[in-house]
Amino acid sequence: MSASTEQIDDILKKGYDAGFVTDIEEEYAPPGLSEEIVRFISKKKQEPEWLLEWRLKAYRRWLEMKEPTWAKVTYPKIDFQDICYYAAPKTNENAPKSLDEVDPELLATYEKLGIPLHEREVLAGVAVDAVFDSVSVATTFRDKLAEVGVIFMPFSEAVQEHPELVKRYLGSVVPVSDNFYAALNSAVFSDGSFVYIPKGVRCPMELSTYFRINAAKTGQFERTLIIADEGSYVSYLEGCTAPMRDENQLHAAVVELVTHEGAQIKYSTVQNWYPGDENGKGGILNFVTKRGLCEGARSKISWTQVETGSAITWKYPSCILKGDDSVGEFYSVALSNHRQQADTGTKMIHLGKNTKSTIISKGISAGHGQQTYRGGVKISRGATNARNYTQCDSLLIGDKCGAHTVPYVDVRNSSSKLEHEATTSRIGEDQLFYCRQRGLSEEDAVSLIVNGFAKQVLKELPMEFAVEAQKLLGVSLEGAVG
Amino acid sequence: MLKIEDLHVEVDGKPILKGINLEIEAGQVHAIMGPNGSGKSTLAYVLAGKDGYEVTKGRVLYKGQDLLEMAPELRAAEGLFLGFQYPVAIPGVSNIYFLKAAVNAIRKHRGEDPLDAIDFMKLSKEKAALVQLPDELTKRSVNDGFSGGEKKRNEIFQMAMLEPSLAVLDETDSGLDIDALKVVAEGVNALRGPDRAMLVITHYQRLLDHIVPDVVHVLIDGQIVRTGDKGLAMQLEKEGYAGVRNALQP
Ligand SMILES: Nc1ncnc2c1ncn2[C@@H]1O[C@H](COP(=O)(O)OP(=O)(O)O)[C@@H](O)[C@H]1O
Ligand SMILES: [Mg+2]
Repeated sequence: MSASTEQIDDILKKGYDAGFVTDIEEEYAPPGLSEEIVRFISKKKQEPEWLLEWRLKAYRRWLEMKEPTWAKVTYPKIDFQDICYYAAPKTNENAPKSLDEVDPELLATYEKLGIPLHEREVLAGVAVDAVFDSVSVATTFRDKLAEVGVIFMPFSEAVQEHPELVKRYLGSVVPVSDNFYAALNSAVFSDGSFVYIPKGVRCPMELSTYFRINAAKTGQFERTLIIADEGSYVSYLEGCTAPMRDENQLHAAVVELVTHEGAQIKYSTVQNWYPGDENGKGGILNFVTKRGLCEGARSKISWTQVETGSAITWKYPSCILKGDDSVGEFYSVALSNHRQQADTGTKMIHLGKNTKSTIISKGISAGHGQQTYRGGVKISRGATNARNYTQCDSLLIGDKCGAHTVPYVDVRNSSSKLEHEATTSRIGEDQLFYCRQRGLSEEDAVSLIVNGFAKQVLKELPMEFAVEAQKLLGVSLEGAVG
Repeated sequence: MLKIEDLHVEVDGKPILKGINLEIEAGQVHAIMGPNGSGKSTLAYVLAGKDGYEVTKGRVLYKGQDLLEMAPELRAAEGLFLGFQYPVAIPGVSNIYFLKAAVNAIRKHRGEDPLDAIDFMKLSKEKAALVQLPDELTKRSVNDGFSGGEKKRNEIFQMAMLEPSLAVLDETDSGLDIDALKVVAEGVNALRGPDRAMLVITHYQRLLDHIVPDVVHVLIDGQIVRTGDKGLAMQLEKEGYAGVRNALQP
């Protein structure tokens, strides 16, 4: 039975929890993009000449590139000259050295988002880098991590303190001209996290970055770089929120991961950018390039993502499996309610021998939401005995939403084995009635069924975040069923 | 407990129930027997509040309240339980997690604190033993990949956990072998009590050898055509529904 619109409208009022605005004085770059702005940003961050040149090269490439149109998403034309490319809380002029120096208004903001930044209060075993608009405002547990040689710091500081590492790896996985948004990001990227795990070290705590867009008419262009040296391990999590605003806001991030021999990176995302209202007004346009390079043999990269926010999601966390016996994994839950559109998936590029990849994608569409799974598996000539397993499930709630699956397969080595499974189901009236007959409210029933559907992916998340993600799935679906 | 008065129900404009009258008192077990398609499941669904069944006439009082006005989850919270003829699967949701959510939703309605994990596990172990439901099944996803018999036992397990005031069991016996039937019947009998009522829907008389009803009704073509005691079920077994139907012809 179909969802009834009145009931959808009825329960919708609750909406988005993270939609408040922090009232803090910020410093802006004037709107628009030019070489001057690129120089302005670079200067603000006191960057070395080579990085400025790198940015300018990216900017010039970007000018020659066209916005991609192949994704199954529609949105108003973005006016790149109407966006502000730099915004930072004024108090951050000289980056605070300790948490006591962080503006209380900012601490309160993160507190309200459920991310206390005082080390004595934070989640046990999780270090946090908090990025507010274009700058990092606080990074916890840095000293403790430094004891074991782990570098976890804002990107802009890594440029100063570890230029050799940044220079070596920046753009090594996602080249500046990789795509339109990656080139844009390379030109104007603001802040993000930098992580280096030395040889043989198992990072003693979860690392996480919370991205917060606050300023109006401002884009966020963060850059994250994680390097896991031989035999090391790290689990990293990012979370994202933004205020409710009537106009769209652009977010174009680049994330690069590198694993050396025997190393492993587990990268989890809970993306809850403001999705726009029920009529599709406002919301974040999320165009993100994420890619990991399994450089060394027997290394492993796992992407786990729970994508509930954003008006538009355009995102394909991928793995280049270069080292022999390396492993790539992609676990994804994407939810589109109301007018949200998500075009997301992954690319697994098998180069080395005996490389293995697993793709588990769960798409949930409700309201007028549209979901596309776009996944590519490429087995190159040298990838003897490569394996891929792809499972792609869609769940529809109501009859106005849509789910689409676009798999690309390119096999150049006949010893490889690929398996693909896909299902589409609809939350049945029968399932809902069964739950309600046992005393569950309709909302709880939907949340229960959806979480069951997503379980295979949720169980890949670190415990604390799995609970959060579970709640988020429930909240994001409020009003989805009548 | 339950009073059905002149209940008429249509599905897609087609009359299915044509004037049902039925009264069940606390402590009683009533059985409804009838051929396939006579409207037994329709009656069960209407009582539980499923969408798509239009009541065109009549009313139903449950504990003195207008049952038909209540949302399905409210009926459940007020102690009405339906054992489904075809229980549905909910992949990825463990049986025990599901039941905990259900038990605590109902406790909340009654103004009681939620059961904590330990008390809940204790209770579920005890009740699972009652219907000989293996531990492994309580942990699997709700009805997912369960055999027909396992699903039915799971329904009775859920009933035992929820301790309803009025249980409507829709063909809980069909698809069960004789041993499973006995287990299910024992589970049901264990729940009989002065404060509880049951409406047992069945196609065959054999279930009533194990769950002995106080009253038996025969439902044919949307109407209760005969009401009697256990003897009526025996007569049906001998003469079949055709016999009862013929006896009714003027
Ligand atoms: N959802 C439905 N849509 C259409 N017809 C239905 C529906 N449910 C029941 N019916 C019809 O109503 C009649 C009674 O069905 P049901 O109550 O399931 O009978 P029983 O349980 O006694 O076998 C049948 O003719 C059946 O086809
Ligand atoms: Mg039936």
